[in-house]
Amino acid sequence: MAAPDEKRSQRPRFRSAGWGDALFRSGLTAAAAVVPALFLAIVGLLAVSAWPAMRQFGFRFLWSSTWDPVAGIYGAAPMIFGTLLSSLIALIIAVPLAVGVAIYLTEFAPNWLRRPVGTLVELLAAIPSVVYGLWGIFVLIPLLRSYVIPPLQAVLGWTPFFSGTFYGNSMLAGGIILAIMILPYISSVSREVLAAVPPSQREAALALGATRWEAVWSAVLPYARSGILGAIVLGLGRALGETMAVVMVIGNRHDLSVSLVEPGYTMAAIIANEFNEAAGLQRAALFEVGLVLFGVTVAVNALARLLVWRVARDSAVGSRAI
Amino acid sequence: MISRAARRRLFSRFMTALTVLAAVIALAPLFAIFADLVLRGASSLNFDFFVQNPAAPGQTGGGVANAIVGTLIVVGVAAAIGLPLGIGGGVYLAEYGGGTFGVVVRFLADVLNGTPSVIVGIFAWTWIVRPMGHFSALAGSLALAVLIIPMVTRTTEEMVRLVPHSLREAALALGFPRWRTTAKIMVRAAWPGIVTGGLVAVARIAGETAPLLFTALGNLNFKTNVMQPMQTLSLQIYVFATGPFEEWHRLAWGAALVLMAIVLLMGIAARLATRTRFRDG
Repeated sequence: MAAPDEKRSQRPRFRSAGWGDALFRSGLTAAAAVVPALFLAIVGLLAVSAWPAMRQFGFRFLWSSTWDPVAGIYGAAPMIFGTLLSSLIALIIAVPLAVGVAIYLTEFAPNWLRRPVGTLVELLAAIPSVVYGLWGIFVLIPLLRSYVIPPLQAVLGWTPFFSGTFYGNSMLAGGIILAIMILPYISSVSREVLAAVPPSQREAALALGATRWEAVWSAVLPYARSGILGAIVLGLGRALGETMAVVMVIGNRHDLSVSLVEPGYTMAAIIANEFNEAAGLQRAALFEVGLVLFGVTVAVNALARLLVWRVARDSAVGSRAI
Repeated sequence: MISRAARRRLFSRFMTALTVLAAVIALAPLFAIFADLVLRGASSLNFDFFVQNPAAPGQTGGGVANAIVGTLIVVGVAAAIGLPLGIGGGVYLAEYGGGTFGVVVRFLADVLNGTPSVIVGIFAWTWIVRPMGHFSALAGSLALAVLIIPMVTRTTEEMVRLVPHSLREAALALGFPRWRTTAKIMVRAAWPGIVTGGLVAVARIAGETAPLLFTALGNLNFKTNVMQPMQTLSLQIYVFATGPFEEWHRLAWGAALVLMAIVLLMGIAARLATRTRFRDG
């Protein structure tokens, strides 16, 4: 008869009873609930606002390359393509550098150098996007025009990727700016992932007679592989959605072109550029561009988390604002 | 003919040198940008720059007083809204976030952290500007608050988690109720780290432009009413940099230098706020 009571009394009981605890907890829960509420609100409002364009164009929206406000026909293919191409350029440039920096800082750099160099690289993430854009317009593009494009076109001008006239604002300028901007994210997360590799991995390889590089290459990197991949995917997510610096240097032209020296457009850039002047169906089309961009970045970020968690489980690696 | 061992050692040296080179190349744009900001921006800074509004297009002179004040107001209001919610959410995740709801919140906070800020801009437009019928600084602040909440949620959670468990047990053993343990012991101990996370997040939104394009909009005049459109440094830089006038470009560099200085000062304050007790970071 008394058995159930006895069992209950054996459970350790904190002094949790009372309105203080209930009130405190519900307050915190409400604050935490803001995050999912915002997420749902963003999805809902974007979808509702984009609905007229979705109904009008269906899936054609994704691969039609006409964007004509006068005729009222909208297709996002040039922007989707431009977003992917500029992000690809950024990754090609940033990944080797960022992973190189991360390896240097965790494996090779003398101790006194690690903190300052790491801080400086992360400082790149503190520079506002619009300042990158300003620098891109007045420093990077003139630099490209004088010193980079002429020799590049002399050698590779025959390929479709480097043919055409260089006006300054171009896919290449956008890609380079993006590379600089995502580098600190990739290197910082890679660094934390590499630091999470157990020292025994390194020590075992060294004990077997590996050189320091061989230890990194054959023991540390394989262990950290999925985490570094996660860091790269995280950088990709940043590049896909980056707006101001891109809109200032990429040229903002709605044409599909594989040429890196010609102007292009990205999804984020067209929203920034046309939203305030748009109305009606054009505005709905811009909302649909936003919805596509949001969907892609959500998917990319979710993938990145899963990859990072595989190496550095139970940590906030990659979640922190740097 | 060099031996195999020597060749391997040489290769190791070579790869190490490549990683050093990567670090040098990665830092080059940082130094280039800072050098350009100082060289081109400093010459624009004079007394008028800080106390006057922009001159009419094509005219010389003028300053960015309205944009400096606007930045402080827009970011200040955003911080006042976003920081308490973010910190509350973070404390929830650290203290009660073990269940499914906690996992969902944590995951969505990470997802929102990676959401392009321009998306948050059009979201804030539909949410606030459209119903209100006009652009306003308040809409801009709310957009920035949306950006700051998930960031602060995650950093706060991480900081509270770093507090040793023994402190909580000691408090509970002394008969503290759970809520006082959390508020007076756990949050108190994690406070320097929470402040750092908050300052870093505020510094991050101070430079944001895309979410303000469709909300705060910008303003040629000096405004302090948050229900009206307001200029910020970031918006001003965008307009000046993409405009046709030499004078505007000069002012853009000056404004960029001031904005960078504000962001960096907050970053330094963030580092000073923690000599974190539980972690060497």
